[in-house]
Amino acid sequence: MGKGETSAVQEKVIVPEVTEMEYRPKKVKMPVGKRIQREAKKNLPLFIMLLPGFIFTFIFSYLPMFGIIIAFKKINFVEGIFASPWNGLENFRFLFTSSDAWTITRNTLGYNILFLALGLVLNVALAIGLTEIANKVASKVYQTMILMPHFLSFVIVSYLVFAFLSTENGFLNKTILPMFGLDPVNWYTNPKPWPYILTFVNFWKSVGYGSIVYMAAIAGIDTGLYEAAEIDGASRAKQLWYITIPSLVPLMVVLTIMNVGKIFNADFGLFYQVPLNSGALYSTTDVISSYVYRMLAGAGTSSMGMAAAASFYQSVCGFILVVTTNYIVTKIDPEKAMF
Amino acid sequence: MTKYKKLRNPKFTASNIILNIVFILIAFVCVFPVLLTIGISVADESSIIAHGYQLIPEQFSFSSYEYIWQAKDTVLRAYGVTIFVTVVGTVMSTLVLAFYAYAISRKDFRYRKAFTFYMFFTMLFGGGVVAWYMVITTILHLKNTIWVMILPHVMNGWNIIVLRSFFTSAIPDEMIEAAKLDGAGEFKIFFSLVMPLSLPGLATIALFQTLGYWNDWTLPLYFITKPELWNLQFLLQNMIANIQKLTENAGGMYSVAQGADVPVEGARMALCLIAAGPIIIVYPFFQKYFIQGLTVGSIKG
Repeated sequence: MGKGETSAVQEKVIVPEVTEMEYRPKKVKMPVGKRIQREAKKNLPLFIMLLPGFIFTFIFSYLPMFGIIIAFKKINFVEGIFASPWNGLENFRFLFTSSDAWTITRNTLGYNILFLALGLVLNVALAIGLTEIANKVASKVYQTMILMPHFLSFVIVSYLVFAFLSTENGFLNKTILPMFGLDPVNWYTNPKPWPYILTFVNFWKSVGYGSIVYMAAIAGIDTGLYEAAEIDGASRAKQLWYITIPSLVPLMVVLTIMNVGKIFNADFGLFYQVPLNSGALYSTTDVISSYVYRMLAGAGTSSMGMAAAASFYQSVCGFILVVTTNYIVTKIDPEKAMF
Repeated sequence: MTKYKKLRNPKFTASNIILNIVFILIAFVCVFPVLLTIGISVADESSIIAHGYQLIPEQFSFSSYEYIWQAKDTVLRAYGVTIFVTVVGTVMSTLVLAFYAYAISRKDFRYRKAFTFYMFFTMLFGGGVVAWYMVITTILHLKNTIWVMILPHVMNGWNIIVLRSFFTSAIPDEMIEAAKLDGAGEFKIFFSLVMPLSLPGLATIALFQTLGYWNDWTLPLYFITKPELWNLQFLLQNMIANIQKLTENAGGMYSVAQGADVPVEGARMALCLIAAGPIIIVYPFFQKYFIQGLTVGSIKG
């Protein structure tokens, strides 16, 4: 004990002195230009490796970031982003005086918060269920089947949904509803059932994918905990409640935080393709992403201005949300912060 | 009592049987829409009109597929565009991503933090779709070129994080040090040491990118107006409203064959299956890599 302490103290005293002696003169002597030159020479191959990715990121991510000023301009395709004339807050005035602004904000936030909360429960439940199945082969087969929808594009999904909802021939109108003696429904013109349809489709497509990470986390739980619980006479349900779920909480927190920041980015495919962009459904299906696309494709100057304003609004709100949640997390538990 | 319980095969406990039934139902719900689509695609048009879409049609017919065969030029062309975009996009982006991720995974690289942040920041903030659209159309002039379906998706922050974790865990620093002492250059180290060792990681990323390119319909939606550049997904999207357009594209040659006997309903679903088929058949084989990549990225990143 005593021996170790003294050597530790010695080390503490000696080590900084040596490094400072070596370090300081270099720092003073070497001019900045030369240092960069030396550094560049030493790392040249690494810089070359970084270059393509750097350029792609600059063009497709950073240029649009500067281009966000387009929201304050009168869009002109001939003159481009930077030469288009300034327009002040006109675009925002157009957007926020229309009733659309409220509808798309409500839909975007409403659906995403619902998906986040319900997703947490469903993903964890599915992961626990799949690991609890005693027959591992069966469990693997179920997982493969549940994961299948994730690999389909939303265009394909829209066809599959259409097979159910088509007014004339759909499986619901022709087979399911008559079984219960119900009248056929004009699904693509009636906005009321769409919150349920979209929620269902969303989880049908994403729950298998969402549960993968939780399954990996469950596999990583120390089996000794379960053995100890077994000896103490805890039932399987109790083990799940007191061991499995608490072990998953940190991951649940991290994933939720990561997704809170994306709350303004509704899945374009789900909300644009699945309702087949049907105008009669906008009150319950239109979100910021689909609105921006439609306004952009509308091609009129004022509609494009509104698209730019809405897209600015989405980016900025999303960013504020990410930074705020991260700040709150830093206050509560710095270990879990993203940056 | 407890002894008896332990001796019982866990496969036949009541709770496990219930769990299995629940999962059979869930799995069925996941697969059923695809089965229904198959049923529709092989149904005779008259039986669809009489009974609607059915899982097992009253009357079978392959006329839907025959109809699509008439428009094979259009479909094959779209397939060609999709395959070209997927192959070129995947190779290109995997290489660019691997280079970038490798450089920022090197602990002795002084600027790794700066370059990591440069990439990470794009995951936090974006300029929005309109600015992005303007950059691609008015600065790069990529509208209606095949490259517009490839270049915007080359870089991907999430994939960089996954790859970086692969590199840091698969390649010990000492190995790179040793190779350097032996006089190997950075590129030689990368291609002959790093790449072979992190092949599973690279395969995973290539897989993510392949899926992304194959399933993409957003880029053609924004940037492609010429029908000859439609990829498979975009062709499909344009055909849901009016499948008859499929043969119109072929230059009116088949206008004679059109008319009342066009199997509109079945052909629509047949086209959907022709587009989705490859992925549905292949995904069980690459599922393992997919799960692996997802797990590494989110737990270590």
